[in-house]
Amino acid sequence: MKHIANWALDTAAHRGATYADVRVVAHRSRALSTKNGKVGSASDAESVGMSVRAITEGAWGFAASAELGRGAVEATAARAVEIARASARVKREDVRLAPEKPAVAEWSTPYKVDPFRVSVEQNIELLLKIDAELRAVAGITLAEANLNFNREEQWFVSSEGAEIHQTKLSPGVGYAAYAFAGNEIQKRSYPTSYGGQWQNKGYELIDELKLVENARRIAEEAVALHQADQCPEGKFDIILDSSQLGLQIHESVGHPIELDRVLGMEANFAGTSFLTIDKLRKLRYGSELVNVVADARQEHGPGLGTFGFDDEGVAAQCTPIITDGLFTGYLSSRETAHTIGERRSGGTLRAEGWNRLPMIRMTNISLLPGEKPLSLEQLIAGTDHGILMQTNRSWSIDDKRYNFQFGCEIGWEIKNGKRVRMVKNPSYSGITTEFWNSLDAICSRDEWTLWGTPNCGKGQPQQVMGTGHGAAPSRFQGVNVGSAFKNS
Amino acid sequence: MLSQTQAVDIFDRIKKLSTGDEVEVLFSGGRFALTRFANNSIHQNVAEENHVVSVRAVFDKKTARAFTNKFDDESLRQVVRSAESLARVQHPDPDLLPMPDLQEAAGEGARATQPPSRHFDRTAQITPELRAEGVSKIVGMAAKHALTTAGVFSSAESFDGIFNSRGLSRWHTQTSAEISITMLGADSSGWQKASSPDVGNLNPLALAEIAAQKAVDSAHPREIPAGKYTVILEPAAVLDIVGFMFWDYSGMAILDQRSFLTGRIGTKLFGDNITIWDDVAHPLQSGSPFDGEGMLRQRFPLVENGIVKRVVYARATAERMKQSEYKDKVGLIAATGHGFPLPNEMGEMPLNIVFAPAGDPQTVEQMIASTERGVLVTRLWYIREVEPFEKMLTGMTRDGTFYVENGRVQGGVRNFRFNESLIHMLSNVEAMSVPVRSSGEESFDMVVPAMKVRDFNFTEVTKF
Repeated sequence: MKHIANWALDTAAHRGATYADVRVVAHRSRALSTKNGKVGSASDAESVGMSVRAITEGAWGFAASAELGRGAVEATAARAVEIARASARVKREDVRLAPEKPAVAEWSTPYKVDPFRVSVEQNIELLLKIDAELRAVAGITLAEANLNFNREEQWFVSSEGAEIHQTKLSPGVGYAAYAFAGNEIQKRSYPTSYGGQWQNKGYELIDELKLVENARRIAEEAVALHQADQCPEGKFDIILDSSQLGLQIHESVGHPIELDRVLGMEANFAGTSFLTIDKLRKLRYGSELVNVVADARQEHGPGLGTFGFDDEGVAAQCTPIITDGLFTGYLSSRETAHTIGERRSGGTLRAEGWNRLPMIRMTNISLLPGEKPLSLEQLIAGTDHGILMQTNRSWSIDDKRYNFQFGCEIGWEIKNGKRVRMVKNPSYSGITTEFWNSLDAICSRDEWTLWGTPNCGKGQPQQVMGTGHGAAPSRFQGVNVGSAFKNS
Repeated sequence: MLSQTQAVDIFDRIKKLSTGDEVEVLFSGGRFALTRFANNSIHQNVAEENHVVSVRAVFDKKTARAFTNKFDDESLRQVVRSAESLARVQHPDPDLLPMPDLQEAAGEGARATQPPSRHFDRTAQITPELRAEGVSKIVGMAAKHALTTAGVFSSAESFDGIFNSRGLSRWHTQTSAEISITMLGADSSGWQKASSPDVGNLNPLALAEIAAQKAVDSAHPREIPAGKYTVILEPAAVLDIVGFMFWDYSGMAILDQRSFLTGRIGTKLFGDNITIWDDVAHPLQSGSPFDGEGMLRQRFPLVENGIVKRVVYARATAERMKQSEYKDKVGLIAATGHGFPLPNEMGEMPLNIVFAPAGDPQTVEQMIASTERGVLVTRLWYIREVEPFEKMLTGMTRDGTFYVENGRVQGGVRNFRFNESLIHMLSNVEAMSVPVRSSGEESFDMVVPAMKVRDFNFTEVTKF
């Protein structure tokens, strides 16, 4: 593939580019799903192409093509340079890239079992077994299960001399049981909602999750929700399970720390951020228990934000984002690092595929576990009165990332250290920094899970990216509960 | 860009490679370019060309699909092999129908649904320089008002095609252009967005002027308490919130009991003034006139005077519905040309939504003038479903939220969070404007009016 990249780099340089990089990407995916005892969808997909990112006259241009013949590649590179010249007609200052030593490297996701080598029959059998378990529970009106496998192989070559070959593998699996009765639809999902759990590893993820073993309980809970009381409204201490907390981190920490948002580059679509640069190392983001990192390194775990190098050739790093409650870092790129006084990119630029421009994306944005041993059951036992909420059902946050509201699939009222009743339609809302400052307990490492969010949307044209979020169940004091149903 | 002639050739090659009972080939793709600006400067500027072919194989009531973007002989052989391998190991689906032939796919009244041409050379021929010129005008408007601007100017030329082994052949090409503009002040913002197959219908300067004026007029927003207000929702705000209900206007959603219309078809769910069509041929609409199996899209009302009349059907869903417990409770059951490519779990969905004009349309200015106390909303954001059967949605206002008192706009207010039932909202519409083609960020483009709605439920206020 290097020869393809070189055709493009030579053309870009010849046309006047002062910097260019090329990505050649081959993507393969498989999607299988079942619904109510039948296969819902079964598809395989392959997509191959290349793109050129070029700086000319101090401005960016980007062009992509599925054609990999020499003529098409050279035309694509020429188009990127032509587009950069058009960009230069409306610019305020030249693009500045933080220096980066060009890497020559190979990297691939560690895995035990290649999911594409597991037979389709075996996968369908697994999904149908789950489906049967779910529908064995009276009252279940809809059962859905999905298995997805992705493999992306990328060659990155830059005019500075970087040559990186990287292969990423990511399976995902999940299921949901719906119960419709009267005027109400209730739902429970496992391991979490909206596609389930995703990680960068092999088929061993599927084997680890005890999918069939949990199906009956999940279905029973979906039916039982119809008999449960409505979640009360008011100020409560709440305990969030680790998957809901993962999404809370994603929305109220991960997005606001994206430096392109902070700098106004996403103002038209995703929005901006309350975390203006003057707040760096000054804002008390959360309580002293709150330690959040952006860690793309393999040693953090097999998250969807784990890689060897980002899509502009910067090696994976760990950036402290919140340290003992203090806001300490942003997600940055080579273009934006200088705006926060950094000499090097934080290595977070990623693209959805060969035909998309890399942009700042969350890596693995994780809340570190508590240092003292604390299980979820011990945390519940230490709570006088509160609501435990599990599994996301709805999520919404304003375009500066202050005001949020989340709904969960199921809640449990806790009194005097015990779960006393199931409650339905639990929801909570708040203001980001007030919420994180109310955190007063985090469970320890053995309750910590690195969740995958496969569907993070950002950019124009919109790109969907996978991100990772490690979290252990945690407790927050005096949170607004139930405002979603206020006055309804 | 891939031509219909080239597609026919590829289909013929795939047909020769196929060993299944039937084969269907879908084509999609084209050229796309987008110039993105922020901080009064172009910061991202992209172009791509891609063509995708997908092959659906069928053996003994078993089906599966495979995709590729490579059209050489080996890639086509591989994609056929993938589809057939996947199909062979499926369980037979008793609901799977033979592929439609041309006669069946034409459906009833098909002639009336033929839309006008949606391909405009002047859109297809937009260059990066022309887009930069448009952006330059928008930046100039921002500078005139001492604002900062961000947005996009995009253009595309695309195709969709479907061919099957029973002789069906369909091809659609169109162009599209879009401009979206945010104007940012120190503590306020304004926004406008428009799209059209014909770039000649888009006026960057006029859009920039409105967005800038909103940013200026909403400066120094004050906080007013959350609660129930009369709201005037501009068309983009209406589009983004009502878009959340159209997944439910599907026969499959009724059969799955995941639709809020389950048990409610034929009942009066909304106000008398709400009539909603699905109409691919409407002059302000866009998109392909056929569905994922090549069936021509029919045009008909989903809601008439507040009564839910019909939902849409893919072919197999219609057959299933005819055998179901709901068959006598859902109105007319027939394939309507709204199916997604098979195999899929969702069935079908209406994609060309057109709200019928009110008998006495009012302008937004008239709605403001008749409002004693209310909120004017430019745009809604991050809308999600809180409760599925009452269609309770949450979200935020954004980029131009104003307090209205005694018939006049009284300045900007801090943004609200809403929690509101769509059933409740569409039962409380007091006035509507003439429907217009509108674009948002949460839903697909539609033809919708601005609406004045009483008792809209704002539950919280944010910090800006």
